[in-house]
Formats: sequence, structure tokens, C-alpha cells
Amino acid sequence: MDQIVEYFLAALLVIGGVFAIVGSFGLLKLPTTMQRLHAPTKATTIGVGSALISSMLYFWFFEGTLSWHELMITLFLFLTAPITANFIAKAQLHLAVKPEDLPPSGVGTAWATFDPEVESVSPTLIRDRAPD
Amino acid sequence: MILNYALDFAFLCFGLGLAMNLYRVFRAPGVPDRILALDTMVINVLALIVLYGVRTGSGVNFEAALLFAMTGFVSTVAYCKFVLRGDIIE
Repeated sequence: MDQIVEYFLAALLVIGGVFAIVGSFGLLKLPTTMQRLHAPTKATTIGVGSALISSMLYFWFFEGTLSWHELMITLFLFLTAPITANFIAKAQLHLAVKPEDLPPSGVGTAWATFDPEVESVSPTLIRDRAPD
Repeated sequence: MILNYALDFAFLCFGLGLAMNLYRVFRAPGVPDRILALDTMVINVLALIVLYGVRTGSGVNFEAALLFAMTGFVSTVAYCKFVLRGDIIE
């Protein structure tokens, strides 16, 4: 039984490591920013989740203490990864796409980051840069 | 013991990923790429902390990992908010 669990944990660790390195390599290699956004937010999250689950099972089977911290961290990461990706994508749209090239927001007003009514503080990092 | 070899492999993978992210932080075409690389660095370091906990067999590291995850998320959102609005708390 211990042998089976050990092989299972080793497989989880190896899968997690491969996913993590694929995510980080994709961050280097993919051509545009919007494509680069996909690699870390999906592959790396899966990889670290796999490592965390492996750690939880290790402490359960070999140390006899079941700790829920890893599950909490995994859930937290899986909940926050899409939010992070959404924010970074919005920042990229804000910096690289001109306001008139954006699709309509669907609510009648302009996009919130470009709407002068909504905007109380002027953004400092806008620069004229062609989209990737 | 095969688990030790798997742990070594995972350490290697996450460490290499961390090195790639560090390169991306210094050499990036734009600000969102740097933010993304920092966020990925936080996730990789989180995995390294947890793997170190498995290697040493102590459960003290998990609180640190949890706090690290929260700090990383909040800092990423703050960076993006600054890029979007020019201010963090309006």
C-alpha cells in the first residue's frame, strides 16, 4: 500500500513539475502578450495545484497529520488565477489598443478605463504603442 | 526511495521556471508582461516553499505559503489597477 501511494505521489510531483516548466517556458516563448497570458495562468496553476495536493497526501499518509492548508491554497489559487488573468488582459488592452479600436462595451458608455465621466485620476502609464 | 527523486525533479522544474520568470521580469516588451512574470514568480516560489515543507517533513511552512499566495494576488491586482487607473485606492 505504501508503495502504491508513493508511486502516486511521485507521479503527481512529476506531472506538476512538467506543467510548471511548460507554463514558464510559454511565458518566454509565445509571440504576443495575449498569448503569453495563457501559459502561466493555466499551466502553472495546474502544476502548483498538483504539487500542493501531493504535499497534502504525503502528510496524510506518511506523517499521519491531515492538514487542510494545502487544499485552501489550491482553492485560493484556482479562484484568483482567472481574476489575475482578467486584470492583466485589461491592462494590456488599455496600454496597447486605441480606444476607438475596442469593441463596444455593451452598456451604452465607453470602456470604464477610457470614459472621462468615470475617470477621476488620469492614468500615468498610457503610451502610444502599436498592438502586438 | 522514488519520492525523493520525484521531489528533486519537481524542485528542478520549479526552480528553472523561476529563473525563466526572472529573465522575463528584466526583459519584457511591456508592463503587463512584467506583472504577469511577477505573478508567476509568486506561484513558483509558493510551490518551492511547499516542496521544501515535504522535504523537511515540517508543517510550519503552510501558513507562510498561504500568506504568500494572498500577498501575491493583492500585489498583482494593485499593479494592474495602477496601470489601468493611475491610482490604486481612489
